[in-house]
Amino acid sequence: MENNQIITIQNMAKDYPVGRGYFRALDDVNLKFKQGEFTGLVGPSGSGKTTLLNIIGSLDVPSEGKTTVLGQSIGELSHKKAAKLRNEHLGFIFQTYNLLPVYSVYENVEFPLLLLGMNADDRKKAVLDALEWVGLLDKLKSRPAQLSGGECQRVAVARAMVKKPQIVLADEPTANLDAENSHNILQTMEKMNSELKTTFIFATHDDKVKKYLHRKISLEDGRVVKDELIERTN
Amino acid sequence: MIKFLLKGVFRDHHRSFFPAITVSIGVALTVLMNCYLTGVFGDMIDINAKFQTGHVKVMTWGYADNINQLPNDYAMVGVDNILNNLHNRYPTMTFIQRIKFGGLLDVPDENGETKIQGPTMGMAVDLLSENSTELDRLNITKSVIRGELPKKPGEILISDDFAKKMEIEPGQEVTLLSSTMYGSMAIRNFVVSGTIRFGVTAMDRSAIMMDITDTQSALNMENATGEILGYFSDNVYDNLRAETMAQEFNTEFSDPNDEFSLTMSELKEQSGLSEYLDYANHFLGILIFVFIFAMSLVLWNSGLLGALRRYGEIGVRLAIGEHKGHIYRSMIVESIGIGIIGSILGTIIGLGFSYWLTKGIDISAFTQSSSMMMPSVYRAVITRNAYYIGFIPGLFATVIGTMLAGIGIYRRQTASLFKELET
Ligand SMILES: Nc1ncnc2c1ncn2[C@@H]1O[C@H](COP(=O)(O)OP(=O)(O)O)[C@@H](O)[C@H]1O
Ligand SMILES: [Mg+2]
Repeated sequence: MENNQIITIQNMAKDYPVGRGYFRALDDVNLKFKQGEFTGLVGPSGSGKTTLLNIIGSLDVPSEGKTTVLGQSIGELSHKKAAKLRNEHLGFIFQTYNLLPVYSVYENVEFPLLLLGMNADDRKKAVLDALEWVGLLDKLKSRPAQLSGGECQRVAVARAMVKKPQIVLADEPTANLDAENSHNILQTMEKMNSELKTTFIFATHDDKVKKYLHRKISLEDGRVVKDELIERTN
Repeated sequence: MIKFLLKGVFRDHHRSFFPAITVSIGVALTVLMNCYLTGVFGDMIDINAKFQTGHVKVMTWGYADNINQLPNDYAMVGVDNILNNLHNRYPTMTFIQRIKFGGLLDVPDENGETKIQGPTMGMAVDLLSENSTELDRLNITKSVIRGELPKKPGEILISDDFAKKMEIEPGQEVTLLSSTMYGSMAIRNFVVSGTIRFGVTAMDRSAIMMDITDTQSALNMENATGEILGYFSDNVYDNLRAETMAQEFNTEFSDPNDEFSLTMSELKEQSGLSEYLDYANHFLGILIFVFIFAMSLVLWNSGLLGALRRYGEIGVRLAIGEHKGHIYRSMIVESIGIGIIGSILGTIIGLGFSYWLTKGIDISAFTQSSSMMMPSVYRAVITRNAYYIGFIPGLFATVIGTMLAGIGIYRRQTASLFKELET
């Protein structure tokens, strides 16, 4: 069992400096994630969901405890190693899409592959595959500003998926979307999860998301208050 | 990857077009400022050369020692000879004679009795000979206010202000009382042919201008003169050349123990001009430095802002897996590119405007009138450093601004860079 655990978090705490003191945003977090999970971090605003995702994503470092992602200890990584971890194995999806406005849909999705140093032919194939998956092959040349919110988030999903990462971290991915687009996005992710065994971890307080989850971790004031597996109805 | 980043630069006008324009405006202003100030100081030197010092001046030792007293008793004699020698020695240069003298101007009434009398300062230049270069050099023709230029011996010009004070009209006869070069009294009547404006307060108060030959005959200075001024053929003062020339000349002809031996003195050395020139150069340097500093702040700031504006983009790039060093370097390379393009463009624009200003800005609107001897037009001069001075603010300040802003990328937690893009 141990060896398919790709994320382990032990006694982890995160303090933010506030004024002269510290604010404890996460406290005594102990969690394990297995390959292929489809898990949600739920909880009210300010409960620490984003902070936890950022630490798992090596964008931030824990203040206490040990967090290991794919065998690498977050907090002990150099900038360069952390970047390499993100580049090779992690995908991010944000509430506000965060596409690069001056680049086309195609180029936005291509960017992670350029960083990976993939050759042009493989790149093209991977980008087109990813865009086909999210159903945007007809918008290759559009700029983000010309797309709807739903389309933007699909581009963001394609960008996160194009390098087939082991883990995708999504922070409130549906918060800016209407119901139809939300379900559309979640179904795409679900399909990837089952076909590619990609691990998904969401931060969300959207009820629409909840029915897709296999596991729900509840946070409150920086502590894990509930961690439950969900019987899926559909 | 590089191609990808370049695409971004060119598509985002906030990263390419606008910064390049800001930089080039700053650079253009710096270049223009430099050229114009250099020009103005150059013009000031030029004025001195024309009125006072020449590019070099030949006098006797005695004259040079007492120059403030207009000591014509130490005048050079045998001017024809001296001029000939000078022409042979320095064939490309122009040498002219000048005499300065003090005296009294006496305005008689109808009965020939003194009506008004006043001290005057006389400046004798070549007004009457056919190929005189002085009319142009001192802008005399255009400076005539009333009446006309002297046409024949016995006619003089008088400062317009002085004429009013003395109640003299063109055509009127006046008496000049002065001393000959041998120290005896010299009295001669002249007709005032016209009035003139020098543009220098001291001269406008009491000066008269006479033909050199006329003066020589009035002051008993036949074939003698107080000063011989020499000018380089291109009319541009070259200190090194003038210095060398004077040194050589003095080694050969000058003898401090002989008051009548000749001495040559370059513009910079004469009557405190040396300090003035050093001061001017200093001042010019400081002014240009301050300006470059100010422009640097502006451009640095825009480099800073440009980088800050992009923290969001940087956050995404970090999340996707680009590492900080790579982003930092790409920003620096970008700003170097912008800096170079902006500096080149700005230098071209700045030189263009400067070139246009080499024809000069007429400041006569700010001065009394355009008809005076002092030049009312100040010109820009394009010197060699105009070609690279703009790169200091244009390239260095821009890049340093970006570098400093980019340090923020390192200082900040990755996640907080990131948060800035979420809000
Ligand atoms: N950079 C920061 N500095 C100080 N406090 C922070 C910072 N980031 C988050 N916090 C605080 O930590 C707590 C958890 O924040 P966050 O993880 O963003 O919550 P959530 O995503 O669940 O809404 C909040 O109270 C928030 O104000
Ligand atoms: Mg959040």
